[in-house]
Amino acid sequence: MASDDIWILGIAMTKFGKHSDKDIVDLGSEAAIAALADAGVTMADIGILAAGNLMGAGAGFGQQLQKQIGQTGIPVYNVANACATGATALRTAIMAVKSGEARMGLAVGAEKLAGAGLLGGGGVSKKDGNKFEPRGRFGSVLPTDGRIGTDTMPGTFAQVGMEYGHKYGGVSFELFAKISEKNHAHSVLNPMAAYQKRFTLDEIMNDMMIAYPNTRPMCSANCDGAAAAVVTSGEVLRTLSKEQQRRAIKVSASVLTTDPYEEACQILPDVNTLTRNAAKIAYEQAGVSPSDLDLVELHDCFATAELVHYDNLMLCPEGGAVDFFMSGATWRDGSMPVNVSGGLESKGHPIAATGIANIWEVCHHLRNEAGDRQIKDAKVGLAHVIGLGSACGIHILERSGL
Amino acid sequence: MANQIPHVDYLELGDKPHLVANECTSCGARFFDRRNACAKCFKNDFKKVAISTDGILKSFTIVAFAAPGVPVPFVAGIIDCGGTSVRGNVINTEPTPEKVTLGMKVRLTTYSLGTDDEGTEAIGFGFEPA
Repeated sequence: MASDDIWILGIAMTKFGKHSDKDIVDLGSEAAIAALADAGVTMADIGILAAGNLMGAGAGFGQQLQKQIGQTGIPVYNVANACATGATALRTAIMAVKSGEARMGLAVGAEKLAGAGLLGGGGVSKKDGNKFEPRGRFGSVLPTDGRIGTDTMPGTFAQVGMEYGHKYGGVSFELFAKISEKNHAHSVLNPMAAYQKRFTLDEIMNDMMIAYPNTRPMCSANCDGAAAAVVTSGEVLRTLSKEQQRRAIKVSASVLTTDPYEEACQILPDVNTLTRNAAKIAYEQAGVSPSDLDLVELHDCFATAELVHYDNLMLCPEGGAVDFFMSGATWRDGSMPVNVSGGLESKGHPIAATGIANIWEVCHHLRNEAGDRQIKDAKVGLAHVIGLGSACGIHILERSGL
Repeated sequence: MANQIPHVDYLELGDKPHLVANECTSCGARFFDRRNACAKCFKNDFKKVAISTDGILKSFTIVAFAAPGVPVPFVAGIIDCGGTSVRGNVINTEPTPEKVTLGMKVRLTTYSLGTDDEGTEAIGFGFEPA
């Protein structure tokens, strides 16, 4: 192993779901302590903590966590980057190790979101008297959500999927529902998932409509959860035990991008260009091509989003996502298993935890520790998240080969 | 009418209501919000340009579940108005996938959003089948 390679030494996630008896710090502590144990190290070994919690951003989540798991005086970076918060925390720890400022870094993401309901939308209502006065960047006299398009997440991502259909054809309500059917079927094998219920296509299509074509089971599940990872360099890993070296997972690429200017990107968020850019950089950094991947965990915040990311991650030819999905490729027994964890639609989406939990899933397979849902002989995997606004995190991971 | 106000400042009322964008004089990128600089080329000189009122529906969703106070169902869409993308609701048609389809031709129309205590009427816009 090269000295400046980055390795995940330990990684853990809590079960996703409803944790009414635990707060954010409990969940973050549980994941962090488990990740440290998995790595075979303690807080005394950690040189930097990157901590993500989106809903409580500004409250100093990292320091609150230290008060419970170990106050060693190391720098804390509290990060918030929408749904890419977890991946951003991990990337922060990786950069610190890569730069040589820290020998080991700990990244933690935790969120409590059970029962949060609809995200996005609403807007500011008028307060002082009933008089129309232009406000904000659009000089609006009344809220725009619902009158000039939608600000809701299900509606925004519905339009992302439909736009793909307008561009390339072939999409339908049933097609998107079938993507959801796959992910819910996968979740049955994942005991860490918030929901492990298989749905028939009819059940999905006849469930409550949220934003056509997304029905309720086609939306990510708001839930509680946390995930954490310990990263280190090849130089340090060489000094550790053979067992630690064997279980360590190589971070072959770690990339974070934002949305570059494109026509219409300020009308409907462009989640495509930044994903494609991140994927290009990641494949180049890792020296792997999409066909080398044994499994992919991608950001299926809605069934309509999963489709476009097949294309953005170059798992299929440009414009070919519908045919690619319909070939069965992305089912767990297909040529390119996608979201074998059940994805955000059933595993759940505790925002800041998601970008580390998807890496936990991939690592679990690469370590051959995924039990019933193990993808046989998995050597290389990719984890992708999108935070609307936008940020895209992509990590390519490889097993140690020792 | 003197006592009318547009819902947003980029809606121009009058005989032929239309949307107005801030166009970067350097690179031509168009924006509907108040600008500090151009997101594409970083220059900061803009001119007002009228946007075509005819367009093609290039994406939509039928929102059935929204924030409190937002009437549902409604159709939110992205309209390609002669090469400039615009956000707006599709109105004056049934909000169903049978009536609203990708690629359909639409045109801008306006409607009343109500009147405030001083008698000023807010005018909103949407797109209807053309």
